[in-house]
Amino acid sequence: MATVLLQPEFARRHTGGERIIEVEATTCQALIELLDERHPGFADAIAKGVVVAIDGQLYPDPLLQALKAGSEVCFLPALEGG
Amino acid sequence: MGNEERQFKWVGTRQVRPDGVEKVTGQANYGADFTLPGMITGRVLRSPHAHARIRSIDTSAASALKGVRAVVTADDFPNLPSEVVAGGESPVNYRYISCNAIARDKVLYEGHAVAAVAASDPAVAEAALKLIQVEYELLPHVIDVREAMREDAPLLHEDLFTEGVDPKPARPSNIAKRTEFLLGDPAAGFAECEVIIERSYTTQPVHQGYIEPHACVASVAADGMTTVWSSSQGQFMVREFCAKLLKIADSDLRVIPAEIGGGFGGKTTVYLEPLAIALSRKSGKPVKMVMSREEVFKASGPTSGGVLHVKIGARRDGTLLAGECELAYQAGAFPGSPAIPGCMTAFACYDIPNAKTVGFDVVSNRPKCAAYRAPGAPMAAFAVESALDELALKLGMDPIELRLKNAAKEGTRALYGPKMPIIGFVETLEAARAHPHYNTPLKANQGRGIASGFWFNIGGQSSAALHINEDGTAEVVTGNPDIGGSRASMAIMAAEVLGIDYAKVKPLIGDTASVGYSFLTGGSRVTFATGKAVVEAANDVVQQLRARAAKIWKCEVEEVIWKDGVAHPAQGQTDTRTQLSLAEIAASAARTGGPISGKASLNAGGAGPGFGTHLCDVEVDPETGRVEVLRYTVIQDVGRAIHPSYVEGQMQGGAAQGIGWALNEEYVYDEQGRLQNPGFLDYRMPVASDLPMIDTVMVEVPNPAHPFGVRGVGEVPIVPPLAAVANAVARASGVRVNDLPISPPRLLAALMK
Repeated sequence: MATVLLQPEFARRHTGGERIIEVEATTCQALIELLDERHPGFADAIAKGVVVAIDGQLYPDPLLQALKAGSEVCFLPALEGG
Repeated sequence: MGNEERQFKWVGTRQVRPDGVEKVTGQANYGADFTLPGMITGRVLRSPHAHARIRSIDTSAASALKGVRAVVTADDFPNLPSEVVAGGESPVNYRYISCNAIARDKVLYEGHAVAAVAASDPAVAEAALKLIQVEYELLPHVIDVREAMREDAPLLHEDLFTEGVDPKPARPSNIAKRTEFLLGDPAAGFAECEVIIERSYTTQPVHQGYIEPHACVASVAADGMTTVWSSSQGQFMVREFCAKLLKIADSDLRVIPAEIGGGFGGKTTVYLEPLAIALSRKSGKPVKMVMSREEVFKASGPTSGGVLHVKIGARRDGTLLAGECELAYQAGAFPGSPAIPGCMTAFACYDIPNAKTVGFDVVSNRPKCAAYRAPGAPMAAFAVESALDELALKLGMDPIELRLKNAAKEGTRALYGPKMPIIGFVETLEAARAHPHYNTPLKANQGRGIASGFWFNIGGQSSAALHINEDGTAEVVTGNPDIGGSRASMAIMAAEVLGIDYAKVKPLIGDTASVGYSFLTGGSRVTFATGKAVVEAANDVVQQLRARAAKIWKCEVEEVIWKDGVAHPAQGQTDTRTQLSLAEIAASAARTGGPISGKASLNAGGAGPGFGTHLCDVEVDPETGRVEVLRYTVIQDVGRAIHPSYVEGQMQGGAAQGIGWALNEEYVYDEQGRLQNPGFLDYRMPVASDLPMIDTVMVEVPNPAHPFGVRGVGEVPIVPPLAAVANAVARASGVRVNDLPISPPRLLAALMK
């Protein structure tokens, strides 16, 4: 079971305001698909450019990342830099 | 600081830079140095107005001038829809990039490109610009971010509705987006606070100040194949943007990177390249375009100016309980200020259980802002670190002790969501506290400021190829322009893995047709992400070298180990095999399977966050308001310094730019919205004689997500200086200036109050 933590704005737009969501998934891709089933449009929002933090590490290619039991997943705005 | 015992042969050593000789002898080719047979010159007609509707453009007289080969306007470019789509690493609206490169319907700032001309020589091109007739309908303009946010402000975009507010606004606005981040319950946190500091701050837009202006050459062949040579922070970015703006297939557009004379984030977009391609396509000739310094200031992106309001509260023992920050960053003519990273970084240095940040991205009649080292973070840090300094004074606490008490560490939850991985912020504070600088006595009118800063650092897509030559030397090819010493770092990492001499590895930067996709040089990502690709490519080569040795020795590859550039029989093997050096294996490559080359393409995650703490001593002249920086020390967690001299250079350079931001730099506009100081004489950046030698301390807390522990280092050092300088001035003079720059007239006025 992974725990998804969302910022208020993202949650308002994509999960009906739900900010802490428990999801049974072993990969980030499965997690996103499950969330998209519950909240249609979620996967599209991710595909437009979001960075995923899994247990504190930022990943630009979240679909490939495995989740452990108790993993914490955060979706953040895409980051660039100078 | 650093490794007490050496773990590596090349990593962490100060090798001769591979690009040094070419640069100091003037042989290096920058964007403006390139020439082609038959090449003609491009020039840009720019708007003299801050805001106007384009009623008509008549180019007939210019086109008829002898020597003029092509004239283009927005009509020569696809009219792209306004939509946010996935870009290289983040969402992009190509209509904004297109309309910034050449105005469509409206000009939105003085200097906005309206038309471009290509002619046989520069004088003819200049003459042709004067023959272009543009009929403008002048519109009211707005420069200041606070005024731009007013409901009655002149509107830049009639189709811009504030994103991030519910319900969707019925009226358009200059506020492109509202963003909010929340952790805990700030109201409840503030209710428990015994001391609260609440202040407002402003910062000015500042230019990246790269010495080399934007420059490119474009050549479109008769079959449509297009080649661009340009100075940028990413040849793949130039290809991607130009392909989208001109509807060219990626495979028909080859971008060859020139040497780059500074970028700092400002060369992460395109200005001239699409114009040069359009002119070359129309004229059938190669076209060179080079911006003047005035054009660089008027038409290329500075970073945002900002208006910030910070509230921060603590218990009397210094424990931070709550923080709030509202910031409005001006984006210039099109949406896209770094308000989001400003919100995310504002409190990232500290463990604050209750925090909220709200950001506004606001358009105004200035050039579209571009990235600048740690975009959005220095302004937010200026506000938060200044407020913390006041909090320390109010609590009677040492400012480093206050920060140490609340410092983020592994496991601290950041306001923006995740918990911090392994980081070295505490180590930077401890190093600052122990540094002789911190304990040196000060004299009258002198003060010492400290401030800290954070930047995420990013990873992303990178590619590398490593070719072994017949004589045992190697080339390592990557896809990132070398701004901060990456070639040396790539060669060091390759040499370390291969086990051969650094001098035997030649680092090259490939064009878009000769190396795999690599996201641009920015975000402090190259030594981390591209370095990771180089290490993977080198490991690929090592595996091949072991396999070749196994073939020669007629054994299994598992029976061969690779050490110090030599194949050895695995332990326990007692036969008569001799060792095989890389050079020996390379020499026999034709008989063991052909050329030996390794490659890697990856999308790197796990870029370790970076933290820095700066110490600044200043002396204030109470009669003139002039501030002299007496001593400056940069302390930063660099993960692992691959080439320490380059890392120190990044730390010094970031600090120098931040000091200029704090003390001098600002854009001065007249009442018509025209820039009055578009040159280095009047736009005052610090030069060597303005600054002391900037001392550096590299703290090394390795990033476990990189084979050598690398963290990005290029952006963190510009985050703390604004507040470090302001805090030093406040402590020296007894007067706190919350509006940058702290120029002599502004400080003098504050002193005389």
